[in-house]
Amino acid sequence: MHPIRKKRLTIVLFLLAGIGVAVGLTTYALRQNINLFYDPSQIAAGEAPHDVRIRAGGMVEKGSVVRDPDTLKVRFRVTDFQSSVPVEYTGILPDLFAEGQGVVAMGKLDAGGNFVADQVLAKHDENYMPPEVAESLKKTADGQPVANGAAQSASY
Amino acid sequence: MWQFFHKLGSPKWFYGIATRLMPWLLVIGTALLMAGIVWGLAFAPKDYLQGDSYRIIFIHVPTAFLAQSAYIMMAVAAVVTLVWRMKLADVFVKAVAPVGLVITFLSLFTGAVWGKPTWGTWWIWDARLTSMLILLFLYGGVIALDRAINDEKSAARAVAVLVLVGVVNIPIIKYSVEWWNTLHQPATFKLTEKPSMPAEMWVPLLLAVLGMYLIFGWLACVRMQTEILAREQKTRWVKDLVMAGRH
Amino acid sequence: MAFDSFSAFLTMGGHGPYVWSSYGAFFVLMAALMIWSLRRRRAMLEACRRNFMRQGKESGRAERPAATFTRVEVSQD
Repeated sequence: MHPIRKKRLTIVLFLLAGIGVAVGLTTYALRQNINLFYDPSQIAAGEAPHDVRIRAGGMVEKGSVVRDPDTLKVRFRVTDFQSSVPVEYTGILPDLFAEGQGVVAMGKLDAGGNFVADQVLAKHDENYMPPEVAESLKKTADGQPVANGAAQSASY
Repeated sequence: MWQFFHKLGSPKWFYGIATRLMPWLLVIGTALLMAGIVWGLAFAPKDYLQGDSYRIIFIHVPTAFLAQSAYIMMAVAAVVTLVWRMKLADVFVKAVAPVGLVITFLSLFTGAVWGKPTWGTWWIWDARLTSMLILLFLYGGVIALDRAINDEKSAARAVAVLVLVGVVNIPIIKYSVEWWNTLHQPATFKLTEKPSMPAEMWVPLLLAVLGMYLIFGWLACVRMQTEILAREQKTRWVKDLVMAGRH
Repeated sequence: MAFDSFSAFLTMGGHGPYVWSSYGAFFVLMAALMIWSLRRRRAMLEACRRNFMRQGKESGRAERPAATFTRVEVSQD
């Protein structure tokens, strides 16, 4: 290769490496701000601030959803299969909201450790399948409850 | 190999190749895209969780893929411009930037329309969506910078540097869903793994993706030919081509 | 077919507006992009052709004044 082109190529590579390192360090330093939500484990460990608007995300714990019969108020627990956080929300839930599904809630953590949400969004995973396949998967999984739990935490 | 490289640098040679290639790109690309879309919209089974709204994936994923691939191709062309000063590389960047802008917009738009019924919101400032918005601005920035500089050579170099600086955004887009907590789900299609959907869903998706790439190739050819004509309008070969009436 | 009827296909299980608006935007913008690109190329080819034609005429006109000049001289004689 011509020496002048070699020189230009070196400059270009240095430019790329420099920008890469700079952006890498910046995003690493800001990682907590780039994260959209806190995990229940982080909240349990006291990493999330109280009385500040934050987001909490995880799976809706099975059997934890309690709906108020008269109002739109609903309580449920959000879990990452290590810790869980109780959430209170008043309003219309997204269609995809269900036990065992992912959610991201926006709101404040009160002094008692309850998460008071004013917005709940549904989070889904990258697995798509026809209803019949989901049905038969569910049947086989119900036969082996241990495998089911493992698969769930993996997909989350 | 070097001879091929030099040939590739010849605008006249490229113009001829593009003319011969374009009908194939257009016909096969449109056929694949339409086959993928019709299959995906009418024949693929619905999703167990999202129902029929997931059918937006058959245009969302092709546009999102192409938005990123087009930028990577532009970045390769930018290196060629800076190191080898090949004019055709700069022609490519200029021709493709507006296409990238439209495709990125489409991927953001279809994503927003899909997000409303599934997540419950049109937009959220998570890492994936924000880095994709930055990609849109990068395409806009490339177009604006190119228009702002009158001198062809200075414009080519300035644009190439901007394209290269912006390329760090591409791994951020790709890995955003793995490095950080996001509302957006991880990729369904990976190069190395089996797709996380059954064949009757991923085959039409793959057809649509391939079709989009071919149509992108056609668009790149048409627009590069335009740019070549603008730059070479005083040359003998353009005169022969234009006066003969076949192009 | 994944749908029982054509109207079910249009409704998309209640998600019709979302699905059709995103497909609509996709087709309109892609078609616009393709037609615009083709028109720009055609305009550029046309501009080149006009340029060469004008050049041809100009070189033709450059010869004519000399010719008329000689003719004028002849008529004055």
